[in-house]
Amino acid sequence: MSAADKIIEMSNELRWRLGNEFHDEITEGIYADAHEIVAETVTTDSRKGRNAADIAIDKIVTSKIWGFPIMFLILAIVLWITIIGANYPSSWLASLLLDTIHPALKDGANYLNFPWWLSGFLIDGVYLALAWVISVMLPPMAIFFPLFTLLEDFGYLPRVAFNLDYLFKKAGAHGKQALTMSMGFGCNAAGVVATRIIDSPRERLIAIITNNFSLCNGRWPTQILIATIFIGAIVPSVFSGVAAVAAVIGIAVLGMGFMFFSSWALSKTLLKGEVSTFNLELPPYRPPRFWKTLYTSLIDRTLIVLWRAIVFAAPAGAVIWLISNIDIDGYSIAYWMIHALDGFGWLLGLNGVILVAYIVAIPANEIVIPTILMLTVLVTGIHAGEGAGVMFELGSASETGELLSAGGWTLLTAINLMLFSLLHNPCSTTIYTIYKETKSFKWTTVATLMPVFMGFVVTFLVAQLWRIFFQ
Amino acid sequence: MESKNLKSACESCPQYNPNGLKKLGVDVEKYDFVVALAGNPNTGKSTVFNALTGLRQHTGNWPGKTVTRAEGGFQYNDQKYKLVDLPGTYSLLSTSEDEEVARNFILFGKPDVTVIVVDAGRLERNLNLVIQILEITNKAVVCLNLMDEAKRNHIEINTRALAKRLGVPVVAASARFNEGIPELINVVSEVANGTIVCKPHRIKNVPKHIDEAVKKLSEALKKQFPTLPNSRWIAFRLLEGDQRVLEALRTEEFNPS
Repeated sequence: MSAADKIIEMSNELRWRLGNEFHDEITEGIYADAHEIVAETVTTDSRKGRNAADIAIDKIVTSKIWGFPIMFLILAIVLWITIIGANYPSSWLASLLLDTIHPALKDGANYLNFPWWLSGFLIDGVYLALAWVISVMLPPMAIFFPLFTLLEDFGYLPRVAFNLDYLFKKAGAHGKQALTMSMGFGCNAAGVVATRIIDSPRERLIAIITNNFSLCNGRWPTQILIATIFIGAIVPSVFSGVAAVAAVIGIAVLGMGFMFFSSWALSKTLLKGEVSTFNLELPPYRPPRFWKTLYTSLIDRTLIVLWRAIVFAAPAGAVIWLISNIDIDGYSIAYWMIHALDGFGWLLGLNGVILVAYIVAIPANEIVIPTILMLTVLVTGIHAGEGAGVMFELGSASETGELLSAGGWTLLTAINLMLFSLLHNPCSTTIYTIYKETKSFKWTTVATLMPVFMGFVVTFLVAQLWRIFFQ
Repeated sequence: MESKNLKSACESCPQYNPNGLKKLGVDVEKYDFVVALAGNPNTGKSTVFNALTGLRQHTGNWPGKTVTRAEGGFQYNDQKYKLVDLPGTYSLLSTSEDEEVARNFILFGKPDVTVIVVDAGRLERNLNLVIQILEITNKAVVCLNLMDEAKRNHIEINTRALAKRLGVPVVAASARFNEGIPELINVVSEVANGTIVCKPHRIKNVPKHIDEAVKKLSEALKKQFPTLPNSRWIAFRLLEGDQRVLEALRTEEFNPS
């Protein structure tokens, strides 16, 4: 027997003799030491405890009555500023990248005698996908992320976790999931990585699998656009902005509902177990250092997410151009795919175009809308925008609406697209991140397929009910 | 005129050494020392990390923000330091992933200096982690961060008495405003170079029957591995049944290489 084995044996024997109390006794010893040291070195003015302002704020934002309304109000304000504020830079960027640079590139390609397929592939495929992603994503992100970061730096997120803790416990999940869920509203991949703060593997898996129900940044623009066109149109125009924001918040809240529901279902079936307790620290409110926060959120969040979108959008743009320009039996691949999926799409209250767009856009949710528009032009044969296989942005929401209506869209299609945008598989980055975090093929598959399946079920049910009652 | 040679009190201080510091960001190819950054969640560890490395990673105001091990570097007086930002934890005794990462890095990564960032306003709770780390390593510096908030909450700390009690240097700081960071760098370099020798506090309030068991085990360990600086902590972990420590024992990882 080696010396090391002897030591191990000795420790096993001693451990047995010391019994279960060992861990607690050591912990108590450490606390006793800490208490002694503090008694000798720290003086507190006992009349003045924690910052009075902090306590006053906490009383309101974590109160039973006001906690939730304040949370939704803050979310609504942030969204409102994002939606309204992003319009102007978005159209400015679009006119620069799509109306000025794009034709210039085409002219340049013609001048250099590029064959049509090369300039189509590079400029109409890859470049337009990039231009779309930048003009649509950059402005809302550059507004949403700093606002979110300011709230985060101020110390509001732990209060959200505090408010939601009770609901998570009810769902059999960890209270810290509230934090990872909030991160998911920015980016699901980031939310999945953030679940490392959850100790128990069971609860961490629940948090990973359900993070996709946080409406991520790539999906906000889809929700906002569709809500503006279709939901905003069914109310008097004075209220259309409010109705659109309310619809988007409704979808976000519905997502949270699905997250609680599926967390609960998982904790009752595949991932049974006890809820672990934890101490959630409510850090002091810290006035954010405004410019520094703006700078870091721009560098760390906005540009990194944008870069990721660009990296994925470029090949997706190429694929879109290819499937709409390579013909089989006289029709493009995209045409065949759309027709193959039309029947199934109809059952779900969607259509073949939307399903194909979601298949093509697996790498990045951001390019769903441009793909849908492009494919709609392709199947309806309407002459708008740039034509076959070219991703484009229409000048205004109403033009987009006209095109979609001509493509056979109804209010049901819009509502179900919003639902399906919430409930479908995570983007490929998130899927890869889930695999890296769980190192499990099985759980990655569950996390990928469960939301799509739920999306199918929900849109199917909504479509059937709609057809019974409204048609 | 003479005004050129006039110096402020700070500039004439022997500690003043602005040219000695070079922030290296993530450029840490070759380095002379490894510095680990440990601490409770939400004590401004990441802010200290940014202040030292010149990196501007976002620091959120919520506990548990740093989940990955971030690395960066700085250069001071021609010596290069690699800085490893460990996940924030309240303790090193449990089996959660973040605590394991922090514990194993300090124990097996053998950093040259471990900087423990603590919240000056919540010292007692933070000391729990400090005391545990001081069992593992002899070379530590306590960075008493968030001094501005502590002051606002009318908390006064006798840093010299605290340093004496803990047996390691204590530097008061408000990293958000870069206060105390130059002093921290200087103390870190002195500990790394052995100019300052620490005599870290060891857990005192241990019940007698445990103390006896730990002593017995610790002596057996010392006999086998004479250079082991933290046989008492290893003994604690063996009694806890820490699998990683048991494995290290079997593979003779504790032998000097």
